[in-house]
Amino acid sequence: MALGLEAGLGDSVLTTKLDTLINWGRQYSLWPMVFGTACCAIEFMSAAASQHDISRFGAEVVRFSPRQADLLLVCGTISYKQAPILKRIYEQMPQPKWVVSMGACAGSGGMYDNYCTVQGIDSIIPVDCYISGCPPRPEAVLDALMNIQEQVRSDSVLRERHQDFKGILDTP
Amino acid sequence: MTTPLDTILASVFADITRETVLDTRLLTVDGAALYEVLKRLKTYPDLDFSLLLDITAVDYLTYPKRAAARFVVVYTLRNWKKNYLVQVRVPVADPDTGLPSVADLWGSALWAEREVFDQYGITFTGHPDLRRILNHHQFKGHPLRKDYDIHAGQVCTEPDSLEPEIRARLKVNGVDDSTMSDINTEIMFLNIGPSHPATHGAIRIFAALDGETIMANVNEIGYLHRGFEKTAEHRTYNQIVPLTDRLNYCSALMNNIAYVKAIESWLGLAITERAVFMRVILSEFFRIQDHLVCLAANLVDMGGLTNYWYLYNEKEASYDLISRLTGARLTSSFTRIGGMAHDFYEGWQDDLARQLVDIEKGVNDSLKLVARNRIVHDRTQNVCVLSPETALSYGFTGPNLRASGVGFDLRKDSPHYFYESFDFNVPVGTTGDVYDRMMVRFEEIFESMRIIRQAVKMIPEGELFAADHRYVLPEKSKVYNSIEGAANHFKLIFEGVRVPEGAWYDSFEAANGELGFYFVSDGSGTPYKLKVRPPCFYAMGGFHEMVEGEMIADAIINLGSINIIGGELDR
Ligand code: SF4
Repeated sequence: MALGLEAGLGDSVLTTKLDTLINWGRQYSLWPMVFGTACCAIEFMSAAASQHDISRFGAEVVRFSPRQADLLLVCGTISYKQAPILKRIYEQMPQPKWVVSMGACAGSGGMYDNYCTVQGIDSIIPVDCYISGCPPRPEAVLDALMNIQEQVRSDSVLRERHQDFKGILDTP
Repeated sequence: MTTPLDTILASVFADITRETVLDTRLLTVDGAALYEVLKRLKTYPDLDFSLLLDITAVDYLTYPKRAAARFVVVYTLRNWKKNYLVQVRVPVADPDTGLPSVADLWGSALWAEREVFDQYGITFTGHPDLRRILNHHQFKGHPLRKDYDIHAGQVCTEPDSLEPEIRARLKVNGVDDSTMSDINTEIMFLNIGPSHPATHGAIRIFAALDGETIMANVNEIGYLHRGFEKTAEHRTYNQIVPLTDRLNYCSALMNNIAYVKAIESWLGLAITERAVFMRVILSEFFRIQDHLVCLAANLVDMGGLTNYWYLYNEKEASYDLISRLTGARLTSSFTRIGGMAHDFYEGWQDDLARQLVDIEKGVNDSLKLVARNRIVHDRTQNVCVLSPETALSYGFTGPNLRASGVGFDLRKDSPHYFYESFDFNVPVGTTGDVYDRMMVRFEEIFESMRIIRQAVKMIPEGELFAADHRYVLPEKSKVYNSIEGAANHFKLIFEGVRVPEGAWYDSFEAANGELGFYFVSDGSGTPYKLKVRPPCFYAMGGFHEMVEGEMIADAIINLGSINIIGGELDR
């Protein structure tokens, strides 16, 4: 029931906080950019296909231009050769942006503890949510998406995130 | 037993050491004679080794027995018509002087030699473009040398420009800066990838364009190089099975099978009939899966999204059966040396039969949309034509080679696993264009179904594992109740299956073509060396031959039509 000022305005006006309104919009219209490099990307394909249907969460508008996306999904192994490209893509995305690391490889190098594999993409770019598994099931991708939605909802639009992040490719 | 090949080899190479290893004839030559020997193997009509399957090297630095030289380079060649397989081993006295390049004999040597140079630091004189291929351009050292530490990662700060390479390629194609100056236009350079939806993974395609026509093309790979071969040197034989899942991850189980088959061949370990039939059924089922993903993605690139749902949804539905059987959707790790992880579950025949009917429907629905579709025909027919000669020269195998009219299929030409007793056809194309590559895959789906249906009827009951406990784990009851059983189990798990010393090559007709494994064993439970002969590495190596002179949009669908899978490409 509306109280005070709102009571006098009737049904035509809704008062809310800016954070709530903007975050509500952002939360249900995340546009993912899929950085699919390996096997995990195949499971992302399944998350997007009919059975699991990522559009139920408003995130089906997969963008392949980072400039149009606000959610970076890193699906697959990142090698040192790939790392500068990942970083550049991240930088090309406009603020605010969120990053999901899908699978053991992106999270920690996975089963590839060797000379060519980055041991976790959080040494390159900041990560907001990790999905475990090799590969994770499509449901886990949806779970991570909901986790990001939760983060979006509870954040302030005025705060700049990950300001002080320094990765191995950032000049000191 | 002397075969016709032995007789020919004896007459042509009378003074060269010849041995027989499994079904491979092994010639050992020295660097000075190498080029001549390989040239004869290729050009003598009786020999006619038109396929250079693979080149790799072995670093004998830490090998228990002293070898003649630290590095030995191994060439694997095939005469596909007669099913002859030859390997040429050549000790390398000095890696910096190296060996003569054979890139003028086979196109496949272009990338194969670059890989050996990158991983082992062996030079090939006369190679037109000898630089790294899998590791990044700032990398120092050669990771597959035994004195390179597996954990020594090296940071790459910026991608390679590729500019000198494309200029060199333009020159080869006879294009220089004066081209198009009459219309006041310059060559346009277009970079696609490594992160681009059309590259289906991480590949970089760099093209020089005249309008929309490609005048020159160079490609860069290695973005998904995950050190399979180095990692394998630190795992026991059975521990490598999960790594093989991640080669061609669209048909993981086929890699599992190809890998253990290669070891079993060397051990001389005969697996049970039930295991053989299981492998046939699952291989063919995964061949279908692989083709479904390839066609679905290829048709999306062409704008036919509906096909994606028809085809990919059947792949998704197949996961129910696959995960019921293996416990995983994608990465099955389902084989063990000497058998399979476990048997089929109860009621699998019905699930499989139903799934095949559904796949058939999905594929037929998709075919209805494409088979007589004028737009599809215009976009694919006579586009990116690959002649049989070029295909063989670059080492194409599998459906891509068959689409060019070369009817080579290991299931027919080098029969194993009772393939000779199944009734099936090998579809071949006539033109070698994108259309043929697609249609060969569509047809192969139907042929694989035929094989599965026959095999399901014939599969016998019985044991799944060979009863040889040097290689196969004992039953759990023995492990828990007898000291011999426990010790047997312990040794096999901790030390791995001990594989007799030696070096051998074995291959399998995987969804993408000839998937080969070359092993060097020092007699321990861990391979001393393991090299994969990845079919799509060689298909990608010939990509520029297919797209130069075509339109840029055709390059995209061509890439989809040769089915490049990063895990297998870059290993
Ligand atoms: S986590 Fe596993 S499935 Fe995912 S990319 Fe890595 S190896 Fe492949």
